[in-house]
Amino acid sequence: MQTERQANSRVGAEAAATLGWWHAHRFLVLRRFSQLSILALFAASSLYGLDILKGNLSSSTVLNTVPLSDPFVLAQLIASGHWPAETALLGGAIVLLFYMLVGGRSYCSWVCPVNIVTDTASWLRRRLGISKTTRISNSLRYWLLGLSLLLPVAGGLLIWELVNPVSLLQRGLIFGLGSGWVLIAMIFLLDLLISQRAWCSHLCPMGAFYGLIGKLSVIRINARHRERCDDCMDCYKVCPEPQILKPVLKGAANGVSPIIFASDCTNCSRCIDVCAESVFEINTRFTTEVENKK
Amino acid sequence: MKQTMDKQRRSESSASKAPARRQFFTDVARGASAAGMIGLGLTAWASSAKRSDPQAIRPPGALSGDDFLNACLRCGLCVEDCPYDTLKLATLFDPAPSGTPWFEARKVPCEMCEDIPCVAACPSGALDPALKNIDDARMGTAVLIDEKNCLNFQGLRCDVCYRVCPLIDEAITLERQRNSRTGKHALFIPTVQSDACTGCGKCEEACVLDETAIKVLPLELASGTLGQHYRLGWEEKARNGGSLVPEQLKLEIRRPENSNAN
Ligand code: SF4
Ligand code: SF4
Ligand code: SF4
Ligand code: SF4
Ligand code: SF4
Repeated sequence: MQTERQANSRVGAEAAATLGWWHAHRFLVLRRFSQLSILALFAASSLYGLDILKGNLSSSTVLNTVPLSDPFVLAQLIASGHWPAETALLGGAIVLLFYMLVGGRSYCSWVCPVNIVTDTASWLRRRLGISKTTRISNSLRYWLLGLSLLLPVAGGLLIWELVNPVSLLQRGLIFGLGSGWVLIAMIFLLDLLISQRAWCSHLCPMGAFYGLIGKLSVIRINARHRERCDDCMDCYKVCPEPQILKPVLKGAANGVSPIIFASDCTNCSRCIDVCAESVFEINTRFTTEVENKK
Repeated sequence: MKQTMDKQRRSESSASKAPARRQFFTDVARGASAAGMIGLGLTAWASSAKRSDPQAIRPPGALSGDDFLNACLRCGLCVEDCPYDTLKLATLFDPAPSGTPWFEARKVPCEMCEDIPCVAACPSGALDPALKNIDDARMGTAVLIDEKNCLNFQGLRCDVCYRVCPLIDEAITLERQRNSRTGKHALFIPTVQSDACTGCGKCEEACVLDETAIKVLPLELASGTLGQHYRLGWEEKARNGGSLVPEQLKLEIRRPENSNAN
């Protein structure tokens, strides 16, 4: 019966049926709202001079006063031998502290516009029933991260920033994309046809960088009620990093904490959305474990 | 149930240790070589992107060459604060590396704002905050590149580039030359004084030809470099208060007999 349900119903349909449409989509909607409104504010500044948020994700100013800078781009700058001016460093520190608190890869799910592209590819993959996938090592992104920071040291040039699709897309959406759409289309097709979640979960060094920043972050997803899990597999299907779910969902017997400490988790909270049994919650890393103690 | 799981886990771990380790090393090797390949490709591409393109004129205060590419965050804050929409950020296949600010003088030149808002906006120092006087900017230098078609070279008085220059008679001058075609007129040759030209590009924008005869080029492209060993006699003389080499021997001048040349 369960396999039948898996085959026939869409991911999250059961959650929508038992908890309502809003409950089953709220974090997805909030995330898209967050991603799009950040871009919209940048574009409003570029097009109409509405300076709430000016610049782009690489570096910006809020209300013409507070600077924000991307620590990954700054790290490449420093690796290339340029010590940035104070404004950029201050901006970098603010952003760094923020993501250390809320989880590094929150950047991926709540801010990065490429996430919309890769989520769409993954959604289409499920809808079209494409299951063929080429295995790419999960750790390739860390190699690329090393490379993106090492090449500037050797060659003294921000080589990754010449092609970084994240910079390219967000800049393009704010200032005009030019031919940059080619790269974005390539990522979409790669994720759709060649390898599942290839870009964000296997290749993007920026995601890897933010993952490392968030290693000790406070905000965590907690599979607090994992005893309720009925193995519907819906969360595995929507999670961009499904390998992190099994240990917390199945680890009760081995004393594994239900809190997702894996820094790959993007705090997208989509697993909370789609779970009809309300297994997941947003908590802090200090949440005391109460489950199974009754 | 728990027991069997434990047993299973134990047997798994002991039996799979060696293959797991081998798997780990294969993964590392594969990751390293994939990253290496991507790195090589990127480096090759980067070195071609590095070559300065004749059209990529940088904003005022831009550090030179690679230093600028290393320092620029690609944030576009300079672009946004330019009141004349001169600057734009390069996209993927533009003549400048993607994301960096540049301008096409022929379309929109730099108006040389006194308060240099683009420099003030730059958070990274890629546009040097030490630039306080816009006349000291060196975005590039104008070069009168087509002497064949420039109207002034034909003896006409176009002078447009000369007249639009914000540093008229400093950055660009009109040098008089004999007009050998008519024999009785002068040519007024627009001449860029590259030590004063800011590279704003107003002359390039204003040129009346269909394709401009005067163009702003990046300094690296437009300027030559004197060999390190060169000494210019008159400069050395001025610096030392006298010639460095002893005065030449005066040799007797022998002329053919009966020559009345003097
Ligand atoms: S992994 Fe990279 S591309 Fe994907 S969402 Fe994160 S930063 Fe964006
Ligand atoms: S575990 Fe949940 S919050 Fe984390 S990435 Fe997966 S779906 Fe998103
Ligand atoms: S000096 Fe003025 S016109 Fe020229 S690039 Fe800067 S802001 Fe634009
Ligand atoms: S403001 Fe500075 S860092 Fe930003 S794009 Fe312009 S030159 Fe580059
Ligand atoms: S670019 Fe042309 S207009 Fe501008 S300072 Fe130089 S000579 Fe004058």
